[in-house]
Parts: sequence; structure tokens; C-alpha cells
Amino acid sequence: MIRYALTRILLLALGLLVSSAIIFAALRVLPGDVAQMIAGADGTPEQIAAIRSDLGLDRSLLAQYAEWIGGLFTGDLGSSLVTGSPVADQIAQKARVTIPLGVFSLVIALAIAVPLGLLGAHRRDRPSGTALNVVTQLLAAVPVVWAGLMLVVVFAVGLDWLPAQGFPRAGWRDPGSALRALVLPALTIGVVEGALLMRFVRSATLAAAGEDFVRTAAAKGLTRNRALVRHGLPAVGLSIITVLGVQIAGIMVGAVVVEQVFTLPGIGRMLVADVGARDLTMVQSELFVLTAFVLVVGFIVDLIHHAVDPRLRERA
Amino acid sequence: MSWFHRLWRIPTGRAALVVVAVIGIVAAVSLVWTPLDPARADAYTAWAPPGWPHLLGTDGTGRDIASLLMAGARSTVVVALGASIVAIVVGVALAALGALTSRPVREAVAVAVDVLIAFPVLLIAMMIAAVWGGSLWVVIWSVGIGYGVNIARVARGELRRIGRADFVLAARASGLTGGQILTRHLLPNTAPVFIVQLSWSMAAAVLAEAGLSFLGVGAPVTLPSWGLLLSELQGYVAIHPLSVVWPGLAITLTVLALNLLGDALREATDPRLTRTRSEARS
Repeated sequence: MIRYALTRILLLALGLLVSSAIIFAALRVLPGDVAQMIAGADGTPEQIAAIRSDLGLDRSLLAQYAEWIGGLFTGDLGSSLVTGSPVADQIAQKARVTIPLGVFSLVIALAIAVPLGLLGAHRRDRPSGTALNVVTQLLAAVPVVWAGLMLVVVFAVGLDWLPAQGFPRAGWRDPGSALRALVLPALTIGVVEGALLMRFVRSATLAAAGEDFVRTAAAKGLTRNRALVRHGLPAVGLSIITVLGVQIAGIMVGAVVVEQVFTLPGIGRMLVADVGARDLTMVQSELFVLTAFVLVVGFIVDLIHHAVDPRLRERA
Repeated sequence: MSWFHRLWRIPTGRAALVVVAVIGIVAAVSLVWTPLDPARADAYTAWAPPGWPHLLGTDGTGRDIASLLMAGARSTVVVALGASIVAIVVGVALAALGALTSRPVREAVAVAVDVLIAFPVLLIAMMIAAVWGGSLWVVIWSVGIGYGVNIARVARGELRRIGRADFVLAARASGLTGGQILTRHLLPNTAPVFIVQLSWSMAAAVLAEAGLSFLGVGAPVTLPSWGLLLSELQGYVAIHPLSVVWPGLAITLTVLALNLLGDALREATDPRLTRTRSEARS
């Protein structure tokens, strides 16, 4: 286990290094001059030079990269080229919307996927199982934007139960309104991601039902259903853990789109706005934070999986 | 029986193939004919309900939604084909490097693939869009790279498995070079894996087009596209909910067809899978 953890930490560090280098390099090939862009069309050469040395753009790429990476360790992610405010503060503030949204979505996705996936596997030869299968295939094909809009049409416009968009100005000091604002966005992501996860739970359950250890348990006198529950379900649970990393990444991606649909002031909406404004220091740090998040989640999920899966434990 | 015949005998495969073909034909036809000019705005017919001559109604500037959808199919086809070409090139290149080269190169590629696979397509897209601005290329490159890495991971194992087969050994013994073995023996024998993955990457590309055009980094506003139409109509969803339904349906139907086509292709090209299915039923 320790050996595995060490190798995995190495891989994580490598992943962070490679992705930071890719993001940094990609954003430097921009045609045109950032300093020129900030100074505007009537900036004098002196102004442009001043901005360039202000931002450190006159130094070598390697020095700029080193400074950015060094800043990452101390929590200094640079400042916006447009507003001048520190990136780290902005991200921390927006995370107060995005993280609850993500957690809420994950809970909904799991609440949909696990029971329905098990049911779908259990009833696979019956009409209800087939119907479930058709619904998940359909939901897996629905664009997130559209799912959100349809939910708005039904629950905000039609029934007038929930707000169609926006987040209360008071934020979490008004927890009731804040939570209500997140219901439809979280439901949008939860349903779409839940459909994908449900297909996975279903096939994992079918696979577990065919495993030798379930058959052996049944042969030793357990009923088929009890063998499945006692020995099959833990295997299904382990399979779910392995895809949880991908699911969480999917939820994060869904959040970027959904925050735009529901005009929620989260990290995703900030990223879209900054890409639109070509605010490169913001985009660079935002992309890195999001990528690092995905990599770290993958790392944690792998470690948990390794720690709890007896099949892997024996081999280590 | 060829794999195409087997695909045709799977009902969902047949239906999916027909839908995909129809979308391709609609896109082609829209180049020369649409019911009305999709770009023509007419304030007098704004928000017309479905009827005649506007079969699916009009948008807020009086453009015909049915014609816009037909013209938008072109963007969908371009994105799906473009992304799958990039994906196959990236996938074959990485898989070949990861399966057929010397051990250090192989392992470096394996690590690179494992790292890259964690990158969500959307983040790749935002990176490209931040540098070059929004266009359909953003969709093509981001989905192409993202799914190319996926294909590489799936195909690497397959290439290595077939690379150990006797007929490949015989080919090597008779003096074929690595490149010749790859194009004459390995790729034809692993083609089914690639075809299945391609169908799924196309589905992902169509979904990504919708999402990225909505975020303003996909299709430029002058280009008819389903994703763009969706984002233009979303502001009026409270007043004209029906109009938003059409582009969403078009996207969902296309993605569903491509997903099912991929599933059916897998079933048709993998004899092991057909057998386990019939066993499971009995």
C-alpha cells in the first residue's frame, strides 16, 4: 500500500507539473501582445513597456513560469490583467457557489444512479428494466444546457416553485434562498450525470452477479439474492468508487455550463467570462486550479480504492 | 456474414444508422435547398407558432427554425467528422507509440496517456479558446484530442495483443518494416475497436458543440448551428418555451443515434460479446 501510494504521489506530481507546463505554454503562443492589449490602441510605447515590466513579461519564459509555479505554492495565483484583483481571492469567493453546487449534484446523481441501476440490473429481462434502459440512453444524449432549460420551463416557469436563475446577493447569509437557487442547477447536473452513472451501476451489478465468488456463495447455501447482496454489492460499490473520479470531473464540467444557464456566480462562469475577455493570468490560474482539482480527486479516489479493495490488497 | 450485415440485423443499430444517414443527407441538401432562407430575418413573422410556411415556427428575429435546423446540421456534421478525424490520428499515433516502440518510449507514452486522460474536454476547449478565440475548430480540436487519448488507451492493448499473433510474427520474419506491419496487419485487424470509438467520439463532439457554442467559444454567431440556436433561444425560454424544444431534440436525437450506433457496432464486430449476450438471455 505504501509503495503504491508513493508511486501514485509521484504520478500526481508529474501530472501537475506536465499540466501546468502545457497550460502555461499554450497561453503564451497567443498571437499579439498582452501589454499592447491592456494599454489599448492609443497606448504609448513607454506605457506598454511599463506594463510589460510590471507584469514581468520582459523576462524569459522560464523565469515567468518559475515565478508562476513558485506563486502556486504560496497561494499567490497572480492578479487579473483586467481588474487587477488577486486571482486566488476571486477563486475562493466563487468556490462558495461552485463547491456546494458540485456536492449537491453528486448527491443527486448517486441518489438516482445507485437504486435505479440496481433495479435496472435486477429487472433486466422485464419491461420495467427495458424502460429504465431506454430512459437512461435518452438522458445520456441530452445536452446539459437543454436539460437545464427544460427544468426551468417546468419548475420555474410552469409551476413557479423555484427561481429560474440567479443567486441571492446576500449569498450564504441567506441560506434558504441560496439553497433554493441551487436546486434546479444541481438537479440538471445530477440527472444527466446520474444517467451515465446508472448505466455503469447496472453493468457493474450484472458483472458482479456473474462473478465466481457470488456463484460460490450461492453454492454454499445462500439464496441467490442473499449471495448477491452480501458478496455482489460490495463489488458493485468498489466499481462505483473507481468511476467516482471521472464522475466528479464530469460534474465540474457540467457546473461550468450550468452556472452559465442559471447565471450563478461560480468558478465556471468566471472562467467563461475571463476566456471571453482574454484575461490570460486569470484563465491560466483558473485552468490550473480546475485541472489540479481533477488530478487530486483522481489521486484520492485511487488511494481509497486501493485501500478498500481486497483484491488489490492481496497483490500489493 | 460481414459486420455490416450483423449491424443491420440489430434493430437499434439499423435505426441508428438510418437516423445518422438522414442527418448527413439533410446537411448535404441544406447546401442547395432549405424551405426558407435560414438567414432571412423578418420582424413581421417574429415568434410565429409552428404552422405554414414556418413548420417549426420562427425565432425572435423571424428566422425560420426548420430551415435554421437544416443549415445547422452542417455544423454538426463538420464537427463530428472533424473531431473523429483528429481523434483517430491522435489515437492511432499514441497507440502505435505505446504498443510498438522500445520499452522506455512505451512507458513514457503510457504515463502521458494516463495524465492526459484526466483532462476534461471542456478545459482543453477553454484553453484553445482563450488563445485563438471561439470557432468550430475549438470543438474539433478539443474533442479530437480528448477522445484520441481515450482511443489510444483502448487500442493500445488491442494492438499489443494482435502484435503478438503468429501472422504478425510471420510478416516480421518475411522482412516487413514496422510501418508496413502497422498499416497492413495491425490496423485492419484492430479497425473494429476504432470504428466503435469513432461513433462515440462523434456523439461527444455533437454534445460538445452544443455546450461550447452555448458558452460562446464554439460556432461564431454568423454560422447556423444547433448549439448556437439553443443559446440564442434560451433567453426567451420563459415566453416561448416551445421554440427551445426543437434544437434540443435535434441534438438529443443525433447523439442518441450515434451512441446506439456505437453500441450496435461493438456488438456486431465483437463475436465474444454476441455470445455472452445470448448466454445471458438463456
